[in-house]
Amino acid sequence: MARIELDFRGMNCPMPIMKTAMAVRKAAAGDQFEITCDDPGFEPDIIAWCKETKNRLDGIRKQGNDIVAAITKS
Amino acid sequence: MSDSGLAGKIRELEERIDRLEGKCNSLTMVLFSGDFDKAMAAFIIANGALAMGKEVTIFVTFWGLDVIKKPAFSTSGRGFLERILLWVRPKGPNRLAVSKMNYGGIGPRLFRYMMGRKRVEPLAALISMAMEFGVRIVACQMSMELLGIKKDDLIDGVEVGGVAAFLGKAYEGQATLFI
Repeated sequence: MARIELDFRGMNCPMPIMKTAMAVRKAAAGDQFEITCDDPGFEPDIIAWCKETKNRLDGIRKQGNDIVAAITKS
Repeated sequence: MSDSGLAGKIRELEERIDRLEGKCNSLTMVLFSGDFDKAMAAFIIANGALAMGKEVTIFVTFWGLDVIKKPAFSTSGRGFLERILLWVRPKGPNRLAVSKMNYGGIGPRLFRYMMGRKRVEPLAALISMAMEFGVRIVACQMSMELLGIKKDDLIDGVEVGGVAAFLGKAYEGQATLFI
């Protein structure tokens, strides 16, 4: 199981979700991601994305202006 | 019911469930507008849906065809009126007008400049990204014929189809947008 950190700061909709999808697609089941993003829309987006694609959202936290989401590929 | 009859019934039900679940898995769009801002909306939604693992089909008709034109192409073999039409209409995502505040072409430049500064992905990049992700773009045969557009004038990878092709896809899916 790999741990992958992604930094999508400075990107705007729909790029963070596109880049997330591309990275998760390449990964293996069980791989964990930590995604940092400063687009305020990323929080609802990643929640909806995980729900729709059935990947696990392990948690979201705020870090200053950034949103950090932890997800596991299922 | 016999065991084999039951197994058959289960298989049939499983197939029906697969079909029903497949129904939530596609997005169909009509891109009628050739306005830059509206095309932006269309391709942002398309990319979002593709990222969510949806099958996305965009039917491009009328002014929408301007969005998927190559930046330059020869108009040979076209009639006089078609040539004029092809000459006055923008070719490709970098030449489109905006639906509001166009100001004779200053508006689109201003928007593109602001998008660059705010790191919003340009329309051309959104289109090629969607193509990479496997979007199906179907150009309307009738409007192509009417406006004198040939398949070679459009970006590579575009299919040509009619209204039935669009409806077939729309009935299959649960989400259809007209932009």
